[in-house]
This record gives sequence, structure tokens and C-alpha cells, in this order.
Amino acid sequence: MNKRVGIPGGLYFYKFYPLWESFFNELGMEAVTSIPSCRKILDDGVNASNDEACLPVKMYHGHVIHLKDRVDMLFIPRLTSISKNEYICPKIGGLPDMIRHAIKNLPPVIDVEINLRDKEKSILEAVYKIARISGISKNKAKSAYSKALSDYRAFREKVKRGVLPTDILEKKIYPLPSKRIDTYKVLLLGHQYNIYDAGMNMNIIKKLKNKGVEVVTIDMSSSGELREYASTLNKKMFWNFGTLAIGMINKCIRENNIDGIVYVMTFGCGIDSFVCSMAERRIRKFSEIPFTVITLDEHTGEAGVDTRIEAFTDMISWRRADENNFSAPG
Amino acid sequence: MKITFPHLGNTYICVKPLLDELNIDCIIPPFNNREALELGTRHAPECCCLPLKINIGNYLQAYKKGADTILMAGGCGPCRFGYYCELQREILEDMGIDMKIIVLEAPYGNVWELVRRIVKLTGAFNLPKIIWAFKNASRIAISVDKLEKLCFKIRPRELNKGETDGVYKKFRTEALSVKGFRGMEKHIAKTFDELNSIKMNKSIEPLKIGIVGEIYTTVDSNTNFNIEARLGNLGIQVDRSVTVSGWIVEHMIKKALPLPRDMEFAKAAYPYLGAMIGGHARETVGNTVLYAKNNYDGIIQIYPLTCMPEIVAESILPAVEKDYDIPVMTLIIDEMTGEAGYMTRVEAFADLLESRRNKNTGQKAGFDLTLRSGNI
Repeated sequence: MNKRVGIPGGLYFYKFYPLWESFFNELGMEAVTSIPSCRKILDDGVNASNDEACLPVKMYHGHVIHLKDRVDMLFIPRLTSISKNEYICPKIGGLPDMIRHAIKNLPPVIDVEINLRDKEKSILEAVYKIARISGISKNKAKSAYSKALSDYRAFREKVKRGVLPTDILEKKIYPLPSKRIDTYKVLLLGHQYNIYDAGMNMNIIKKLKNKGVEVVTIDMSSSGELREYASTLNKKMFWNFGTLAIGMINKCIRENNIDGIVYVMTFGCGIDSFVCSMAERRIRKFSEIPFTVITLDEHTGEAGVDTRIEAFTDMISWRRADENNFSAPG
Repeated sequence: MKITFPHLGNTYICVKPLLDELNIDCIIPPFNNREALELGTRHAPECCCLPLKINIGNYLQAYKKGADTILMAGGCGPCRFGYYCELQREILEDMGIDMKIIVLEAPYGNVWELVRRIVKLTGAFNLPKIIWAFKNASRIAISVDKLEKLCFKIRPRELNKGETDGVYKKFRTEALSVKGFRGMEKHIAKTFDELNSIKMNKSIEPLKIGIVGEIYTTVDSNTNFNIEARLGNLGIQVDRSVTVSGWIVEHMIKKALPLPRDMEFAKAAYPYLGAMIGGHARETVGNTVLYAKNNYDGIIQIYPLTCMPEIVAESILPAVEKDYDIPVMTLIIDEMTGEAGYMTRVEAFADLLESRRNKNTGQKAGFDLTLRSGNI
């Protein structure tokens, strides 16, 4: 029987699941993921993890608890850096250690370090390490990785054409309510695990779409383009997300084709606290794009999120209605 | 050009003579105080960490005194400190405060940029003089830390309570007006003599607590409500491995010139935390293990709210606590921390350690206050 590898459905799941799934399947193992985030997962996670950790990390603990007895191995990579000269987040870098000390009776954990900060080729070292752990030859692992990479690139291409990653991962599409004249585009900004995890952000994407909003995210632009836009920064940001987010903001300000920006952050996220403040300063200074911040934590009430989204979308549509309403000259 | 710099514990004692020797005018902001924190809280983003808020307060208070340029250190992540310079620049700019920021770092290994910044600061690039100045400054930092550690030893043993605090406080205040390396060295030597002449009860075997955590909140006594002095006055000997001189020598100089660093803490932390994740998380875990091996009675971890690396460390520490049977308490500081609640926890922890030791040594359990000289 094939070995079952569990890939918890949190954090970088929304960015890399197609890559990881294809890689393990190519290696002859079965990639298994947890159920979508829900109250049960969150409660388990909150009980197991450190009080001070942020919501996505707590949610991840819940996903691990859900998976641990259903699989032969768990894949919890130590993601130190996924791009040159950039880091992700200390908490994600220390994730395997946090999980191991918070949750008892874990199956074997594949916790290879993925650190592309100094050279991007070091991804192969991680691939070989996984091969060694699961007793597979180097060559097979290498070819599995290149197959997985091409699958991942196909996924990225689809996203760049404007399909939301969640629609691809869940294999279903929320269509926009048709025949609405005043649809507009809103940039949903935030870490992938905050904006795509419907169980965590109270289904923000669906709520926006029901209001006739076309949701745009960072993933729909190529990272090369965004880095170019972010190069106006005085000092390069050393967080992968931060660079892309500031690049996206600069792009929206330059192209001026976005009707509103919603920043989804979680309480206690160190990176968001800086990036959100810098993004807001830029938007307010250089543009008139409406901007709002929604902060999530484990106590967030759904009604509050609904109210804020409604108020925001109403404001955009009123603004659009009034912009065409010029007073008569003279 | 009038330079100022943010406070970090006793850093001013080595930075001021450094700037004096390089003929740079400097204005030291008032010691960290409530007003600085309130100013910072008002202007900084809500969720950013405490040191950034206090830094902003330092700058604004120094600006009032006439400073126009800020000198600070940089970093390359993933801890937020490395991006302080940029966010702070934008905050000051948006407030309409006209202050330049000079960041002493070589961004992404660009040494020429560092040279350019030093030229901007000193007006010329006199390499031998700069090396000489930095060497002396690190020497002063090291002796200030030695002095601090001597205080940790004397406090629980002194006969006249409060004598060490008096000498130490006088040392810090007078250091503000001392000029140059020679002057500062004399000042430090004089203080060493004063400390060594304090009468002690050498027969006391005090409880020992190791302090670990994020560097700013552990090193800066004005931010952590003077925890070291207060524990000392409760009759407890404290130690802290993360120091200003350690940060300057190990973190900045040795990292810039690829020299081998003292990585004992990393070895000790390895079974628990397998990689560098930024900030001082690895130091926190490693030093906790080392203190436990050196028979310390307890550990206090201090960090500012939302500090990312320390959250990881905190969630690992229970494992160390269990493996080495050593109590660990975590104190989190932010602008809302009340002194009374904070001190109640510290005192309760001290009581716990004492009754634990009495139990282990077979003495009667309970609070035998005679053992703790500080209470009399």
C-alpha cells in the first residue's frame, strides 16, 4: 500500500499545495490533506498552541491534529526562505519545532529546511533530503520534483489569468452574480493563508463576490513585475510577502484600475503590522483609492466582518454614482 | 549636524564617547520614560512591537532638544528590527518632523554604501581612526557589562540595602556628561572601586534566576521595570547572557567581518530549535538550557507583545522546563503593562522558587523569610 503523507491545510498550503501534492504523488506516495478550516479545527488549534501565536499558526495546529492519526507521515517543512535575499516569518521558520512541542503522538514528520535565501538551487538539497527520509533514489526524486514544478507552473499560469487559487484547489467556482452592471474590482491584500482560507476569514471572498465585486489578489501578478514596482523602496524589504505587497500597491496606484483595497491582517502578525502601515501610507498619500483593514483573530465575530464589508462596498458604489453627478456649470 | 540615537540599556555609555572622539555633536534623548512611550504609541502602528514605539518617543524627545539626525543599526531580517529604519523614517516624515536617519549597515553586503554612510557621518573616511574608535567603544561596552554583572552579584549580598542601586544610578546619570574614551574609562574604573567597597554578607547563598528573552526588553532596565535590581533587592542573584557588548561584538562586528562566533547557545538549543529563525529565539532557548545545566533555580523570559521569534521560543520552553525540571515564567511587556501586576507575578515566582528550594534541601516548606535577606 502506498504511504500516506499528510499536508496540513494551512499556511503555505494555498501557495504550494499543487507543487507538494504532485511531488509526493510522483514519488509514489499518497498526498492527503485535512478538511477545510472550521470551528472544530480552530478550537483544537487554539487549545494546543501557544496563546501568543497568531491565528493562522493556531489554525495550522488544528489541521495537524486533524491529520495526525490518518496518515503515515506529516509534511511540515521549515520554510525559512522561498526567494533570494528574502525571508518568510520567524514563526513559520520555527513551525516544526512549535508543532512538535505542542502536539503529542505525532507520526514521523518530514521537516526539511527550505532556505533559498542565499542560492535558489538549494531547493534540490531539500528534495534529496525528502528522498532520503522516504527511502527513494535521488534521481527519482529529482524527476518527481521537475514534474511537480511544471504542474505548479501550470497552476500559477491559471492564477495569473485571474482564477482564484481556492477555486482551483476546491475544484469549484463561485460565479459572479450575472447581469449586474456595477461590478467593480477590489484588491484583497494579505498573506495567502489569510485571504484564501474561508474558514478563517469568514468567507470574505464569497461575501465580496455576492456584492458584485471582482476579487483581485497579489498572486494574479507575476512576482517579477511586482518586484520591479517594489524597487522604489528605500531599503529592500526582506520579507517575501512585504516586497510583493508593496509592489502590488505601487502597481495599483500607477495603473489606477482598482476600485478599492481590503487588507486582511491577523492580530499579532509582525509582518502585517509593518506592511499594512507602509501600504496605507502610500495609498493615502499617492492615490484616492478607498482602503480598509480587517483584523482577524480567534474572537472575530462574523456580523462585524459582514458590516464592514457591506459598508465598504456601499461606499465604493456611492462614490462611483456621485462621481458622474457633476453639478451644472454656471 | 546634531546626532541622536535610540536608547538600548547602557548603549549610550559606549556610543557617546565614540561620537565624541569622532568630533560629532550628539544629543542623548532622556532615559526611556512614560512620555516617550506615549508619544511613540500615538504615532506608531498599533500592532508593531514596543521597542519601535519607544524609539519614536526617543527621537521626538531628542528632536525637541535640537537633534536633526538619527544614528541607528540595521539588519536583514526576518525579525522586524531590520526594517525599523524605514518605517520610522516614514512615520517621522508623515508627522512633518525633519530628521535624517543614518543606518549603520552594509545593505545586502554592499560595503561601499556603508563607507558612504560613514563619510556622511564623520565627514571623512579615516579608516585607522574609525577602527580605533570602534575597538575602544566595544571595549567600553564590555566593561560596562562587567560592571552590570558585578551589580547583579553584590545586590543580594549587600549589608546596607540600596547601596548598589545608588552607585549604579549615579554611574548612569554621570555618564551622560563624561567626554571621550579616557574620561569614560576613568568613570567606569571609579565605579568599580565604589562597588567593590560595598560591604557584603558573603555567607549568603542566594537563589539564582537567569533572564532570557528579546534583547531590548531584557537589556533596557527602564522598559522592564528594573527587574534585575528588584530581583536583586529581593535577595536573588540574576544573570543575563544577552548583553549590549555581546550584541555589538558577536552580532554586528563578527558578522560583518566573517569571524567565528561564540555559538555555545546554538548547540544547546539545537535539540529544541533546529535553525536560526531571527531575533534572539535561539539565544533564549539555548541560554535556558545552559542556565538549567548550571543549576539555576528559575528562568524569567521577557519579550514585547507580538515579538515573532520569542513566541516560537515561548512555545518551546515548556519542553525545556520539563526536561531539566526548572521553572520558567514568561513576562510580556507592552504599553498597557501595569507595574503592580507585573511585580506581583515576579514576587510570586520568587516565592515559588524559594519554597521549591526549601523542599529540595529538606528544610521546612513555606516562606522562611530569614533566608531572603532582601525582606528585612
